Amino acid sequence: MKPSQSVHVLEDKYIEKTSTAADTPTIAKKGLSKKTRENIWGYLFISPWIIGFLGLTLGPLLFSLAASFTDYNITSTMNFIGLDNYKQMFTVDTLFWTSLWNTLYYVIFSVPLTTAGAILLAVLLNQKVYGMKIFRTIYYLPAVLSGVAVYFLWMQLLSPSAGLVNTFLGWFGIDGPAWLFDPKWTKPALLLMKMWSVGGGMLLYLASLQGVSQQMYEAAEIEGATAFQKFRYITLPMISPVIFFDLVTSTIGAFQIFQEAYVMTENGSGGPSNSLLFYNLHMWNNAFKNFNMGYASAMAWLLFIIVMALTVFNMKFGKKWVHYEGGDKK
Amino acid sequence: MSQYVSPKFYQTRSFKKKSKSLLITLLLAAGSIIILSPLWWMISTSLKTPAEIAQFPPSFMPVKFQFSNYLKAWQTAPFTRWTLNTLFIATCGTLGSVFINSIVAYAFAKINFKGRNVLFTIVLSTMLIPGFVTMVPQYILFSKLGWINTYLPLIVPAFFGSAFFIFLLRQFMMSIPNELMEAAVLDGANHWKIWWHIMLPLTKPALITVAIFSFTGAWNDVLGPLLYINDEKLYTLQIGLQTFKGTVQTQWHYLMAMSVMVLIPIVLIFFFFQRYFIEGSNISSGTKG
Repeated sequence: MKPSQSVHVLEDKYIEKTSTAADTPTIAKKGLSKKTRENIWGYLFISPWIIGFLGLTLGPLLFSLAASFTDYNITSTMNFIGLDNYKQMFTVDTLFWTSLWNTLYYVIFSVPLTTAGAILLAVLLNQKVYGMKIFRTIYYLPAVLSGVAVYFLWMQLLSPSAGLVNTFLGWFGIDGPAWLFDPKWTKPALLLMKMWSVGGGMLLYLASLQGVSQQMYEAAEIEGATAFQKFRYITLPMISPVIFFDLVTSTIGAFQIFQEAYVMTENGSGGPSNSLLFYNLHMWNNAFKNFNMGYASAMAWLLFIIVMALTVFNMKFGKKWVHYEGGDKK
Repeated sequence: MSQYVSPKFYQTRSFKKKSKSLLITLLLAAGSIIILSPLWWMISTSLKTPAEIAQFPPSFMPVKFQFSNYLKAWQTAPFTRWTLNTLFIATCGTLGSVFINSIVAYAFAKINFKGRNVLFTIVLSTMLIPGFVTMVPQYILFSKLGWINTYLPLIVPAFFGSAFFIFLLRQFMMSIPNELMEAAVLDGANHWKIWWHIMLPLTKPALITVAIFSFTGAWNDVLGPLLYINDEKLYTLQIGLQTFKGTVQTQWHYLMAMSVMVLIPIVLIFFFFQRYFIEGSNISSGTKG
């Protein structure tokens, strides 16, 4: 990067044709105040996002709210059926409750586990030991690998008889479970797979740990603080904004678990005893297998409300424990 | 150096420090083996015969390396075609993503227009909306447009900006001093020219980060192609691999061989552009900008 040079190039290029601005005749017209011109430029530049927001986010959001009160199935006309979809969801569709429970189970375990795992790993990887760069690379690697190949790999690793996981457990005399074939162990199996890629969150914390001033630790050491005290009273408060960011985003992410369940349960069948029928899988089956778009929209909106409520809760609760430097709480 | 080590040495700070870092190294090394073993297992399974895969207890190293597994598996399904399809989608999406997000981010970082802060708050809050909420209506929209079984639903949205990338690029641009632009403004350069001639070159590291994230995102995308592509010829690698399982049933040597092939490009990108992944994390954790 040579900023001075590129500015220079620009000067040379435009010094003789300052008044032309041929490619933007409407904006360069005289008479428009600087403020108006800035407004036009601003909106022109963000127009792709505005169109995308209206057409692909806000529009769809409102459409699905409207569709949730209808029996829309893509081919027929929309008939208004009031709250029937919601009634069916809460009272008739038992699979809805199964899927909600499965998803909550996954969120409740995966969010704290990955957060704590990532922080612990980041603290370890922030020490000054030999070969640290290589360690960081190794731990981060699984985070960039995803998709069908990884799910297939884990199906192989979790194979009850000849899989790596149960072979490993066997060395310690543990008779490993049937994982993806045992309804009790399917969700722990997915959690195990999730933990493999905990290095993704680690990187976030590592960046933040490196921003914590060493002087604070030195001062604490002089006072005779233990390692745990230093972690509890310096490290945790200093990285709390990142913990907060991570908690909010990973909660939203965990609620959307779908792909692994779809691929690892034979095209979204939901696994043994529907133990991997997650909320989004159930929604997907309703929308794209049964073409029950109205019902799926109702499910989508309920998901939206649940996730929003949790985010608001996180933000309210976050104010109590997130520490912002300089004390200005945002 | 004397051979004799005083017992007091074991209580010194320097010994404690050394044994602590040795302990951490050992712990990290053990963890690294656990982290890497699944990948080793994948490669080793892909080079075994079906008989060796079924054997108990399983072997860690294939008795004889069956490299032909790769060739046979590749020929069993149109993997070449699927690779090209995936490359095409990922490249188009990445181009759109890099330029559009950059231009939007430029406006949010450097142009003082009315309503900027409110709109930027909206950008940030869209990150909190679960993608599944808008999936059904988007599908209906794209099917009404006749885009089902084309790549348009997979590429076009990339040209309308993504909140995360806009945020990431804006943070990066905020750290670029305005003085660099002022000379150009005095010379009469408009925002378009400043963006193209000054901002794009200066934000190259962040743009590479965006490019890598969107390319690997498109490469790994399962949901999009699953929803919009029905024709086997148009499949991407992810969906191709997914249906490949039905073709070869439980022939895990073939499945693992093709899984390795699908992961290799991502691993290569990761090793060559590692620092840009880290850059992305630094910006989103707020240590920059």
